[in-house]
Amino acid sequence: MTAVEPKPTTPECVARDGRVDAPAVSEVSAPPVTRRRRETTWVLAGLAFLVGAVIVGASIGPAGPPGWRVPLALLDHLPLISIDSGVSDAEWNIVWQIRMPRVVLGGLVGAMLSVAGASYQGVFRNPLVDPYLLGAAAGGGLGATLVLTTGRDVTAGWPVDPVQLVAFAFALGTVAVTYSVGASFGAKRNGATLVLAGIAVVSFATAIQTFLLQRNLDVVREVFQWILGRLSGATWSDVVTVAPYVVVSVVVLMLHRRHLDVFRVGDDEATTLGVSVQRTRLIIVAAATLGTAAVVSVSGLIGFVGLVVPHVVRLMAGASYRLLIPLSLLFGGGFLILADVAGRQLMSPAETPIGVVTAFVGAPFFIYLLRTRKVT
Amino acid sequence: MSAVVLDGVEVRYGKQVALAPYSGRVEPGEWIALIGPNGAGKSSLLKAIAGLVRATGSVVVGDVALDGTDSRRRARQVAYVAQEPLIPDDMSVFDYVLLGRTPYIGYFGTESAHDRDVVRGVIDRLRLGAFTDRMLGSMSGGERQRVVLARALAQEAPVLLLDEPTSALDIGHQQQALELVTELREHLAITVISAMHDLTLAGTYADRLVMLDQGNVVASGSAVEVLTAERLGEVFHVCVTVDVDPSDGAVIVVPRRGFPV
Repeated sequence: MTAVEPKPTTPECVARDGRVDAPAVSEVSAPPVTRRRRETTWVLAGLAFLVGAVIVGASIGPAGPPGWRVPLALLDHLPLISIDSGVSDAEWNIVWQIRMPRVVLGGLVGAMLSVAGASYQGVFRNPLVDPYLLGAAAGGGLGATLVLTTGRDVTAGWPVDPVQLVAFAFALGTVAVTYSVGASFGAKRNGATLVLAGIAVVSFATAIQTFLLQRNLDVVREVFQWILGRLSGATWSDVVTVAPYVVVSVVVLMLHRRHLDVFRVGDDEATTLGVSVQRTRLIIVAAATLGTAAVVSVSGLIGFVGLVVPHVVRLMAGASYRLLIPLSLLFGGGFLILADVAGRQLMSPAETPIGVVTAFVGAPFFIYLLRTRKVT
Repeated sequence: MSAVVLDGVEVRYGKQVALAPYSGRVEPGEWIALIGPNGAGKSSLLKAIAGLVRATGSVVVGDVALDGTDSRRRARQVAYVAQEPLIPDDMSVFDYVLLGRTPYIGYFGTESAHDRDVVRGVIDRLRLGAFTDRMLGSMSGGERQRVVLARALAQEAPVLLLDEPTSALDIGHQQQALELVTELREHLAITVISAMHDLTLAGTYADRLVMLDQGNVVASGSAVEVLTAERLGEVFHVCVTVDVDPSDGAVIVVPRRGFPV
C-alpha cells in the first residue's frame, strides 16, 4: 500500500448560468391564433361531414324521389327558401316520414355513443373502454330479454314500448349496481377498481340473459335482432323519446371537456390542481350513462362506434378533449348515418345489421389510421 | 411569501402509522429537504400537505388553513410535483403547462387571456419556448422534468412540494433541476418542501434538513448537524464517512464498503 497524496478535486463552479431570467427572443411561444384557427377548421369539417351524411342518408332509398332531387327538396323546406324541387308531396312523405327519422336517430345514436365513449375513455384513462363498460349494454340487453321472454300479454296494457322502457331502466340500474359495488371496494379513489367491478357485473347480467334465452329458445331470433342493433323502422316518436336524454347528456359532457383534459394527468395530479376527482368522475359517468342507456333502449347494441370514433378523431385532430368531444359528436353522428346507408344498400332489399357494418367499415379504417399516423 | 405551519399532521394507512403527528414551521422562502429511508414518511407528509391522503392535524399556508375540503383553494396555495408524474405522450407542452391554471378557472369556465399569458411567461422563464407545441412523448427526461416544474409554477402557489424531483435524472440533470429550483425560489419567493434521497445534494441545496425514520422526526437542522456518520448508520443502516469541505462547508456523504458496527 502506498500513501496517496490527497489532491483537491473541486473544480471551479460558476454560481449561475443565467438561464432563468432572460427569455430568449427567438423562443417566443406560438401565437394562440393558429391553434384557434385549427380548431375552427376541424369543427367546420365535422359539421360538413355530418350535414353531408344527413343529405346522403335522406337521398338514398328503395322508393321515393330521385336522389338528386332530395337536397333541393330539403332546401325548399328550410324557412325563407323556396325552390321548385320537383318532388311530389307523396315522395316528400317518404323522405320526411320514413328516411329522415331514421337518419336523425342514427345521427343521435352515433353522436351519443361516440361522445360517451370518449368521456369514458377520458375519465378512466383507458383507451380500451367503450360506453358499454359499466353495464349499460348488458343491462339493457337483459331488460329487453326479460320483456321478450315474459310474453306479450304481461305488458300488453303499457302505454309505452315495454322493451324500450325496461331496457332503459335496466341499463341505468346495472350501471348503478356497478358503481355501488365498485365504491364498496374503494373505486371512489381508484377508477381501475370501477372498471373491474364493471367486468364482474357485466358477466353476471350476461349470464342471467343467457340463462333466460336458453329456457326460451323461441325468442332467440328476436333477442338477437335487438342485440345486433338496428335503426330500421325508426319513427319521429323514437327520435322524440331519445333526444332529450341525448341533449342533456351531451351538454353536460361538453361542459366537462376541460375537466377531462385534467384527468389525463392522473387522479392525484388532478386533485392537486383543485379538481374534485370523485365528484367530477361521478357526474361525467352519470351523464354518459344516461345518454347511452337511452340510445341502447331504442336502437339496441350498436358496437364499435363508441370505442373507435374517439380514437379516429384523436389520430386526426389530436387528443385534447376540448376538441375531441365536439368532433366525436359530429363525426360519430355522420359515421353512423353513413354506416346505416351502407347497411341498407349492401344486401338490398335485405338489411345488413348496422353493428356488423360499423365494425366492417370501421375496423379496417382504424387499422389504416394506426399505420399511417404521424409520429410527432 | 408564506410560511407553512404544520400542527399535529398525522397519516395512517389503516392501522399503520405512516407519519406520527408532525408539527413544524417552514419559514417563508425557506427550502426544507425531507430525508430518510424508504417508507420513513417523507412522501406521506408531502401528500398530506397536498391533500392527497387523509390526514389529521392542520396545515396553514400564510393565513389560509388547508384542512377544509376545498381543493381549489388548496391548489392556489400549494403546487405538487409527484415522484413519477403521469405525462400524457400526446399532450403538447403548452396544454400541459396550461393545466396548472386549473385552480383559477371556474367550474364551467375556460382559460382567460391572463391564464395564457402566465403560461407563456412560465414557459419562457424555463426556456421551454422552443418546445411550446412539442408533444410530451417526444421529450427527454430532463426536458420533461422542466415541463412538470413549469406546470407547477403556472399554479402561482407560494409553496412548492417536490417528491423526489431528481430520482429519474442523471447527475448533470439532477444538478440543473436543483439549480433551477434554487433560482426560481429566489426570484419568485417560493417556499420549497422536497423529499430527497441524495443526502449530499439535499444538504447542498436545502436550507434545512428534516430526517424522518418510521414516521418520526429523528433530526432537524443544518446539513452539518443532521448528516453525521453515526446517525446515518443508525437510520439508514449504511456505512458512510461524512466529510465537510473546509472551503465552503459543503457536507459530503460518501458510502463505504461494509456494514455499520
